[in-house]
Amino acid sequence: MFWKKTAAASAVAMMSATLPHIANAQEAGLDEKINQAIAPISNVIAGTMFYSVPIGGTAFPLIVGWLVVAATIFTLYFGFVQFRRFGHAISLVKGDYSHPEDAGEVSHFQALATALSGTVGLGNIAGVAVAVSIGGPGATFWMILAGLLGMASKFTECTLGVKYRNEYEDGRVSGGPMYYLSKGLAEKGKPGLGKVLAIIFSICCIGGAVGGGNMFQANQAFQQIVNVTGGDESFLAGSGWLFGLVMAIVVGVVIIGGIKSIAKVTEKIVPFMAVIYVTAGMIIILSNISMIGDAFAQIFVGAFTGAGVAGGVVGALIQGFKRAAFSNEAGIGSAAIAHAAVRTKEPVTEGYVALLEPFIDTVVICTMTALVITISGELNSGLTGVELTSAAFASAFTWFPLILALAVVLFAFSTMLSWSYYGLKSWTYLVGEGKGKEIIFKLFFCLCVIVGASMSLGPVIDFSDSMIFAMAIPNIIGLYLLMPVVRGEINQYWAKIESGEIKKVK
Amino acid sequence: MTDQPILVGYDGTDAAQRAVEFAGTRATAVGCAIHLVYVLEWSPYSFLSTQELEERHQRRTEELSRAEETLKPALEALNKLKIPVTSEVRYGHSGELICKIAEDKGACQIIVGRKGGSALGARLLGSLPLTLVQASPVPVTVVP
Repeated sequence: MFWKKTAAASAVAMMSATLPHIANAQEAGLDEKINQAIAPISNVIAGTMFYSVPIGGTAFPLIVGWLVVAATIFTLYFGFVQFRRFGHAISLVKGDYSHPEDAGEVSHFQALATALSGTVGLGNIAGVAVAVSIGGPGATFWMILAGLLGMASKFTECTLGVKYRNEYEDGRVSGGPMYYLSKGLAEKGKPGLGKVLAIIFSICCIGGAVGGGNMFQANQAFQQIVNVTGGDESFLAGSGWLFGLVMAIVVGVVIIGGIKSIAKVTEKIVPFMAVIYVTAGMIIILSNISMIGDAFAQIFVGAFTGAGVAGGVVGALIQGFKRAAFSNEAGIGSAAIAHAAVRTKEPVTEGYVALLEPFIDTVVICTMTALVITISGELNSGLTGVELTSAAFASAFTWFPLILALAVVLFAFSTMLSWSYYGLKSWTYLVGEGKGKEIIFKLFFCLCVIVGASMSLGPVIDFSDSMIFAMAIPNIIGLYLLMPVVRGEINQYWAKIESGEIKKVK
Repeated sequence: MTDQPILVGYDGTDAAQRAVEFAGTRATAVGCAIHLVYVLEWSPYSFLSTQELEERHQRRTEELSRAEETLKPALEALNKLKIPVTSEVRYGHSGELICKIAEDKGACQIIVGRKGGSALGARLLGSLPLTLVQASPVPVTVVP
């Protein structure tokens, strides 16, 4: 009897779960077709990238371990640089060491802000929600830990990004993993290995650009738009391709048409949106200050007991680590491309500045999202992704989903612009520069916007994660080999500070 | 002859041109030098896209040479009047920078032109003459 009852119940649950899909498939022919065409490919890629070993009864993806082990090694090798030099990093960003004659050049603040606008985005809003909905509140703890360790990875890669950048005769500056892998390893007597790693990195970076930097963004932006316009009843539901098309045209106008004004407007609004988001989060947290103790208790208890989470402690840990890496991109190598343009004679200064990036992104903004979700009690609502974050904020401000929808679209847009640049740099590294070659990549990038908006969340997240994480393999191999170069840079920099050759100008 | 130069804010506009002419007659009368300052508005905290980061150094070089070109006619005109003249192009906040340079050079006064926009526009967008009148360490002349 009992068995029959549960069986009946699960049958009903299954039907109700599948029915809307069938209905959607009939209505939304194009979306469903795109999904069916792409999903098998993304499954294969994700399956390979996330090759897992069983630990404590849960599958542990080796790639996540790869990132965390690297971050830990860099943390130890550089003697907890993220804590010891935190103050120095702030002082560099404030411009205390910037020479007045360099006014008009890219400042530390500008390099950091641009790099941040590429990382702060949906990872902080949707990614965190995915982490806590699967991994429980405990995932937050591991996310913060991964964020703190990731600061050392970011320090390493951005120092190298500046040291081995290309400065062209016409004054343009271009840097990133492809350059430090090829030039740095050539210096170490391994030109062949460097070249191969640089090429692998470039290929993965193109994948990451169209995956996490594009399709995931388009997908989540569309989800949120559907949500605020009435959910399944929305006139847009099932018309992802249409939303994607509009978004692709806007992206195309900026990156192909070179219409700077749209990018300019986005750039002005995005920091503003970030401030609104953080302020709203702080208000919710402060007005529920009595629940903060409880929320942190849930986070700590969840982190070490894994209560109520599939896979227990390891399940929470994997989710936390994965989302932190996806959000702050430490060890991935992408930020080194943006940071490389800074005006400085000392590469290590940009390394110090860059270590603030995972701190702001993960330790501050992601943690805030996780706290709001935990406090709101929406965690057991069965929602995930941006819908969960939206519901959590709506429990305090009913109008917030609208603001969030706008923020999500704008964050998605600015992240796409940043990643289109990272992808383009990798593309031109592979095939050489030239107008025609660049247009091909840009057109392909726009096409992916449409594909991303049309697909369902699962395959998109899998594909995005796997391509972004794939960048970490060649990048971190290179970082290990070039670690001593960074140490050399640190030593000569601090010798100059001690001798008074470099001193504060303010 | 005094060694305190007159500092003139210059950006190539008609207003700046009038300021230079006025400064020329003053400098001849007093017998002092003129120092032209061309400020390119810049904040190290403004936001740039990745593309702009890459091209920043190139653009800066172009902007500087364009500014030097713009200064040339004014320098030549003052040279013709046998007024000793120097110039510099700087990046920064125009008000703050001109005040600072006035102090460093020990200028006797600052002369700037005024574009003659509405009072509301000046309030909203900020105006160099207003800023200087408020903050300058030396006398300021605003040429209409």
